Amino acid sequence: MITTSSRFHADAALTWLLRLAGGAAVLVLGGIVAVLVIQSVPFLVEHGWALWGNDWQPGLGRYGMAAMVAGSVLVSMLALGIAGPVAVLLAAWLRYFAPTIRRPILILVELMAGIPSVVYGLWGMLVLVPWINQWAPPGASWLAASLVLALMILPLALLVTDTALGQLPGRYLQAGQALSLSRVGMLRRVLLPQAWPSIVSGLVLQFGRALGETMAVLMVAGNVVQWPASLFDPVRTLTANIALEMAYATGDHRIALFASGLLLLLVTAVLLILSWRVRGGEYEPG
Amino acid sequence: MSRADRIAGRLGAVLLLAVLVPMGLMLWSLLDQGGGLISPAFLLEDPRQAGRAGGIASLLVSTGGILMVCLVLAVPVGLGCALYLSEQVPAGSRRARWLGGVLDMLAAVPSIVYGLFGYQFFAIRLGLGFSILSGGLALALMVLPLMIRSAEQALRGVPLSYRQASQALSISRWGWVRRILVPQAAPGIAVGIILSMGRALAETAVLLFTAGYVLRQPDSLLDSGRALSVHIYDLAMNVPGGMPRAAATGLVLVAILVILNLAVRRWLRPAQGVWQ
Amino acid sequence: MTPPMLALQGVSVHYGEQAAIEQASLTVGAGELMALVGPSGCGKSSLLASINRMTDSIVGCRVSGTVALGGEVIDHSQDATALRRRIGMVFQQPNPFPLSIIDNLRFPLAEHGVARSERDVRAEQALRAVGLWEEVRGRLPQSALGLSGGQQQRLCMARALVLEPQVLLLDEPCSALDPVSSKVVEELIVSLKGRYTLLMVTHNLAQARRIADSVTVCWVQHGCGCVVESNACRQVFEHPSHPITAAYCAGEAG
Repeated sequence: MITTSSRFHADAALTWLLRLAGGAAVLVLGGIVAVLVIQSVPFLVEHGWALWGNDWQPGLGRYGMAAMVAGSVLVSMLALGIAGPVAVLLAAWLRYFAPTIRRPILILVELMAGIPSVVYGLWGMLVLVPWINQWAPPGASWLAASLVLALMILPLALLVTDTALGQLPGRYLQAGQALSLSRVGMLRRVLLPQAWPSIVSGLVLQFGRALGETMAVLMVAGNVVQWPASLFDPVRTLTANIALEMAYATGDHRIALFASGLLLLLVTAVLLILSWRVRGGEYEPG
Repeated sequence: MSRADRIAGRLGAVLLLAVLVPMGLMLWSLLDQGGGLISPAFLLEDPRQAGRAGGIASLLVSTGGILMVCLVLAVPVGLGCALYLSEQVPAGSRRARWLGGVLDMLAAVPSIVYGLFGYQFFAIRLGLGFSILSGGLALALMVLPLMIRSAEQALRGVPLSYRQASQALSISRWGWVRRILVPQAAPGIAVGIILSMGRALAETAVLLFTAGYVLRQPDSLLDSGRALSVHIYDLAMNVPGGMPRAAATGLVLVAILVILNLAVRRWLRPAQGVWQ
Repeated sequence: MTPPMLALQGVSVHYGEQAAIEQASLTVGAGELMALVGPSGCGKSSLLASINRMTDSIVGCRVSGTVALGGEVIDHSQDATALRRRIGMVFQQPNPFPLSIIDNLRFPLAEHGVARSERDVRAEQALRAVGLWEEVRGRLPQSALGLSGGQQQRLCMARALVLEPQVLLLDEPCSALDPVSSKVVEELIVSLKGRYTLLMVTHNLAQARRIADSVTVCWVQHGCGCVVESNACRQVFEHPSHPITAAYCAGEAG
């Protein structure tokens, strides 16, 4: 006669432990939102629309973030404008024109993706900024920040595109080859349009990452709070601002920084939802 | 081969160079600035004169401490959450989609926001101050989505046939998890742990106002400690004459990350890379 | 009169909106071997899975109708653990656990509370019952995955038998094996008749004719499966009462 073992009682404990772990993720997200909101809401209520001004002078009690929002957006958009097309074209080229070197190059790209942002920033300071400075001082500028960011988001953008192309059914390419169509034509008319939603979804996410990037931008953007008149003007992003001023900010100033953090969080959330919509699905494991 | 294809072929090669050349320059500039400084002495000496001289020994210790705290929290919770997803949440159900959405959101949150949260919650609210503990905990939250997703992928990769056999024999959930599921998924879970380590080591913004800036050897987990990434930032931006050592530290950090990546590739995923 | 060991009455299995099989009824007497035959897609495997409630874990799957084991109707609200001790299952693809040979048998025994001292005794009994004991007794601590396909399948049968079930469900147990192994497994199944009640899904009509006591023929009608005829083996093959049965079974060679 077999009796029920105690393992089945252990199951109840395990079930509850796992539920707790599952709730952890939700708890963390809720905690982040809660902390940011609690910190910044009274401030937002008090200062409201003034936040959209151009005047950021915490010493005088002025917290206009518009110039920094502009800095973030302009830097990220230019970065995406450079990295996006290069990533897509390079991924397509590797897959359909140079398949023999694809694997080693992708390994290199994966390594690139893991390089810390401070190291990219370091390179920017050592090489890029002095180089731009030769033509257009001061060197640390919108352009410098965008170039460094472009290099940072390129690897993942490329890998996402490569995955998207890899998921296409092989029969499209076969049909094209049988009809002796050029690869460029196939890419333009069939392959890229088919993979487009996944590719764009990935690019939107990388744009979000660019907006959230702090260190590399901090090191090469020049950090002057202003709307840039040209590519060579220094700018300050929202993220760099938090990193720079949090160390010594007090009172209202500190709370303003939390508010800018909340703004970043909201924009990130919106971009994420947008990327889901574009792809036409939601979370997919793996 | 048509004319368009020929042009495209060449264009692609140009693009490749456009990417590889800056990367090569990056490596070269680091080696040029700091390559000469790398030696066993560099790794074993503590920094002097605010980092202008000396080595990075205390930083290696601090970084190790922060990493340990991070993993001690992130690995069990991450594995637990992944197990929850694979065992108690049917794939494609509403709960799976919602939880997946939450994880995607956490993965997309900018690191500086994790820094703000860590500062307000760990350093101030929990009273941990600027410490290795604060930094490690904040970092754990940041790598949690990555850990969960890697572990979940590994768990879902265990063949269905084992699960069916287990169900037909009415094996308890605890027995199934302990003796079949986790051991089979172990290589993939190990990959997740190493990926999380790599991410944690590369991170700076989270640590700026949680772990602090102190250069000396930390006394305890509650003592402040400076991570390698933060050191690079400080030397480059705030310390005149700090560039050579910033570059040298950068080389050390990149070397560690490359070794981790290759370890994953060589021992845990011999047949394919992440991208195949 | 003793009730049949296994009795299905009006069992239907639905996956979401789609019906896999509808209104299936059959009875298997104690110690008998019934073959469940029919073309692909008529829901035979789904029917089998519904008996030991493997369907419980499939999202969106609904089972209706009654299944009775030894005269008692199975209650779907109860825990399935006790049921799966009385009904064992062997799958089409051999699926031994990635453990040692002996642990493949010790593990289920440990899970079901059998004392440590008894486990090895029962394991040996099960291995003898499937004719594997002499072949593997020298390498019990080695991984089960190192066995040949036929040996793995017999190990899976031993694993099912080690819990001493009354009924054994077999889902095309020989179809993934080479002819020699297939014959060995088939002979093993015959040897189990009498001690166990067996319900076996098979595509191989010749096999069914050789070894089954009774046969249930399934067919696809109106896009889902149904039972067309269920009778003693000789009746089904020699005097089929349904035209579909006659047509289908005429395809088999003697």
